[in-house]
Amino acid sequence: MHPLELVNNLRTFLPPEAVLYESEDLKPYECDGLSAYRQTPMIVALPQTEDEVIRILRICHMSETPVVARGAGTGLSGGALPHATGVLLSLVKLKRILEVDPIARTARVQPGVCNLAISEAAAPYGLYYAPDPSSQIACSIGGNVAENSGGVHCLKYGLTVHNIFQLRVVTMAGESLEIGGASLDTPGYDLLALMTGSEGMLGIVTEIMVKLTPSAEKAQVVMAAFDDIRKAANAVANVIAAGIIPAGMEMMDKIATRAVEEYVHVGYNLEAAAILLCEADGTVEEVADEIRHIDEIMRQSGAIEIRTSRDEAERLRFWAGRKAAFPAAGRISPDYYCMDGTIPRKNLARVLGGIERLSTEYGLRCMNVFHAGDGNLHPLILYDANLPGELEKTEEFGAQILEMCIEAGGTITGEHGVGIEKINQMCSQFSNGELKIFHAVKAAFDPEGLLNPGKAVPTLRRCAEHGAMHVHRGEEKFPELPRF
Amino acid sequence: MQNIIDQFANAIRTAAERKAPLHICGGGSKEFYGNRIVGQNIDMLDVTAYSGIVAYEPTELVVTARAGTRLADLEGQLHKHRQMLAFEPPHFGTAATLGGCVATGLSGPRRASVGAVRDFVLGVRMLDGRGDDLRFGGQVMKNVAGYDISRLMTGSMGTLGLLLEVSLKVLPLPPMEMTLSLRMRETEAIEKMNLWAGNPLPISATCFCNDALTLRLSGAEAAVRAAHAKLGGEEMAAGAAFWQSVREQTHLFFQPGKSLWRLSMKSTSPPLSLPGQQLIEWGGALRWLMIDAEVDAETVRVAAKTAGGHATLFRSSEVSAAAFHPLAPEMMNIHQRLKEKFDPLGILNPGRMYPEL
Repeated sequence: MHPLELVNNLRTFLPPEAVLYESEDLKPYECDGLSAYRQTPMIVALPQTEDEVIRILRICHMSETPVVARGAGTGLSGGALPHATGVLLSLVKLKRILEVDPIARTARVQPGVCNLAISEAAAPYGLYYAPDPSSQIACSIGGNVAENSGGVHCLKYGLTVHNIFQLRVVTMAGESLEIGGASLDTPGYDLLALMTGSEGMLGIVTEIMVKLTPSAEKAQVVMAAFDDIRKAANAVANVIAAGIIPAGMEMMDKIATRAVEEYVHVGYNLEAAAILLCEADGTVEEVADEIRHIDEIMRQSGAIEIRTSRDEAERLRFWAGRKAAFPAAGRISPDYYCMDGTIPRKNLARVLGGIERLSTEYGLRCMNVFHAGDGNLHPLILYDANLPGELEKTEEFGAQILEMCIEAGGTITGEHGVGIEKINQMCSQFSNGELKIFHAVKAAFDPEGLLNPGKAVPTLRRCAEHGAMHVHRGEEKFPELPRF
Repeated sequence: MQNIIDQFANAIRTAAERKAPLHICGGGSKEFYGNRIVGQNIDMLDVTAYSGIVAYEPTELVVTARAGTRLADLEGQLHKHRQMLAFEPPHFGTAATLGGCVATGLSGPRRASVGAVRDFVLGVRMLDGRGDDLRFGGQVMKNVAGYDISRLMTGSMGTLGLLLEVSLKVLPLPPMEMTLSLRMRETEAIEKMNLWAGNPLPISATCFCNDALTLRLSGAEAAVRAAHAKLGGEEMAAGAAFWQSVREQTHLFFQPGKSLWRLSMKSTSPPLSLPGQQLIEWGGALRWLMIDAEVDAETVRVAAKTAGGHATLFRSSEVSAAAFHPLAPEMMNIHQRLKEKFDPLGILNPGRMYPEL
């Protein structure tokens, strides 16, 4: 269908301002949070109701027009990168909180609702929505579902998939599905899990019923400094071995600590090789007990400095630095590239050692922040996109980090998604047989492959071309790296 | 161990050639659950030989074990390190295996407070209906590479593939548990369970039966004692045995010779007026119904549906109705398409879940 014909078709039921096609109107949509990849869409559609979503999809389905869904556009893997001849379906206008049920501890919301807004709406009842990705003041819940977003508290409170009950989903053919329910399980296959983290490849989420969690009576955080990253990693293992599941457990390396200290002035130990933040929450009695324990473990694990937050203000201050890691990176470098591998924690020192070597090899600085409790590593590679060749070098460095995560028994993405960014590394993590299953799942929902084409799952052909990079299971790709 | 996998793969390929169904089975402890497998010349595929723990690192909170591993052995190993399968799976017999636990997707009393089997599954290794050896997910807590096939497999009753290995998140055993009993009527119990679940209280299990609400508190001693002081109620001496009897359905409520229905619904649903006896778990979200076999299945299903849920005929002395709640036609379409992709010849446990799958 000719673009203008499509525009006219959409404008039969959408107001003119909800169908954009002039290049200056399209510009804001050319990228998401991963700005290294840009593409102007053919058309942007901004529906306000599920019915409008259905009608848009039916028209696109009939005319075989690709559709890319977009929430707040804060994604970090280019999952919402538009398609040149496709419709970008922005869901920001579906932004109503439909219901908060404080007794059943659920909320029904539309996909464009901001993550934090749910917790704000639930706060008067002593409840909140647990997953708290660092972008929570801006990111939308629909995007959280698409990416299965986590946050700093997910070791204890789970990811998006653990905190939703039900989805209303519209398929590419324009059919509505109700997936999940108000009960703790539903008959049939677990399509709720399949849909969560499917990166807009299987359907468009138009409504979400989320689980609300009672707010803890109290939270307190221990900040411990270590002169050796291995000691910090051991301290994390010792906390877990003691039977404690901290509400949050975060680590920063020296470069990260210095960058954030300069920015937020928390009083972090600047000589430390690693800073560990370990939070306890729960009833007053639980927290007192756990903090005492954590403090003891940090001491025994060889911390050179330990501070426990004395009040809520201090707790927030301790966290402020960690939460400011990304903007701090932006302050000390014109650009930064955030990676998102997950590894079994025992391999942390080895992987960080490898990153340090690569950093020297590529001549690029890298600061590491780490969701230590669940093994999710966020190396931030600092670079300058204005220097010719530096972005390419950065991407190569990043790709090597991901390959290293796979070898360490981990995964290329813990919470940011594959999108367009990590599509080549999917070939390393999965066999052709496994990729075929992914394509088959996609085809079960979207046989024509019109939803978010080219994302999340690479074609087998692409993998064959990328084959030189393939890491076989159990085979060491970097035998020269020290293992300790 | 690879030779056992090869045997399984061969069995699948042979069945595919013959287009004869395979009945995947572990210890057989949950054989009663679900529907009968349909088709002619059904072959049994026993996976118990593929057993043992592949990797267990207590400080990583992850265990990987083969599907034929006995659940009791696995839990025994975890307990040695003061850890547990937090979803507290029912065994229904000493022969119960990890594969059966994940394939049926059944969780026990702790479900409402910590999550279900599917919430703890991190990765699977499996054979699909072509006999291809595939791995999805992994051994880490956070992993969003590819679709979540591991959770899709959980509770799929062996209709999408043969589970070989499963990686699970494990949790520490609580330092202390205390079981409390409070006398009250059903309406009040449902209200209280929902009210308390909205407060930061260390309640890890609930059960209402015969005008008694039984609660389990789990956590640090100080927290458990503080919660007891807040909630009141009498401490039950044989708490652990009580929860085991509920989980394993050896509690007096579960009488043989009747039909046992499992109604999963919104936790706040008011008492259901249905014939027979009821036992409530999961803060009101799970209601067991014991009735005479001749009671119409439709009555039960409508009641569950009205309460925002679904009903499963869990145990029955005679096959009086389909086990699982019917799916909406558009949902069944998706299910059929998925089944077709994973098991193109329809040889893996056909009919065990639905006649169409």
